[in-house]
Amino acid sequence: MEITNQEFKHCDLLNVKGRVDSATAPEFSKALEKITEDGKYKIVIDMGELEYMSSAGFRALLAAQRNCKRYNRGEVVLVKVPERIREALELAGFTELFKTFDDPIEAVGNF
Amino acid sequence: MPKQTFPAKFEYLDEIREFVAQVAKQGGFSDKDIYSLQLASDEAASNIIEHAYEGITDATLDITCDMQADAIVITMRDQGASFDPSKAKQPDLKAELSERQIGGLGVYLMRKLMDELRYESKGKNNTLTMIKRKG
Repeated sequence: MEITNQEFKHCDLLNVKGRVDSATAPEFSKALEKITEDGKYKIVIDMGELEYMSSAGFRALLAAQRNCKRYNRGEVVLVKVPERIREALELAGFTELFKTFDDPIEAVGNF
Repeated sequence: MPKQTFPAKFEYLDEIREFVAQVAKQGGFSDKDIYSLQLASDEAASNIIEHAYEGITDATLDITCDMQADAIVITMRDQGASFDPSKAKQPDLKAELSERQIGGLGVYLMRKLMDELRYESKGKNNTLTMIKRKG
């Protein structure tokens, strides 16, 4: 797993590549927490190069979404969700909890 | 029958998923099904490492993957605390964001992705059997 963060004026764009499982999810959580600890709650997660995500990653997404949406201060949105990962998120009932976009620019512009 | 022993550590999940994928691919499963099998196996192994072997760092996990007619049979054997996934509480997938449970998702996915789940605890051995048919 590899994570990079790009800061925009109105949101942060987190790019997560590779595989998120129980071994790597803590690092993914940490990257999300680092943003919210800086007082920023508008986060775009680009999954274009994500190969795999287990429920450990889903839990990190859920915790971040809860934290960001509190007091209506922001939200987490997802971009370029690969088909297999989207199917698993759907199975877990997660798709209704996250707005999704096909284009990172569009997602960043959403904020 | 392909069988492998893995250290019960999250760092070996990659290899566990690879092992399952290899057998499933040879067995003629589609890419979509292979992803499902990898996800279900990952969730099962993660639960064993996290719950059955909680606090134990030198444990191992035996996994067999076997094609039987048009189905793949994956078994995971551990010697940890008994953890029957069929008794795990079902998460409420319609709950509001603030009410969503953080746990229970892995088992829910295993059930959804596989056709059959069986769990047996005998003496020191716990055996989880997961079956998925092709197509």
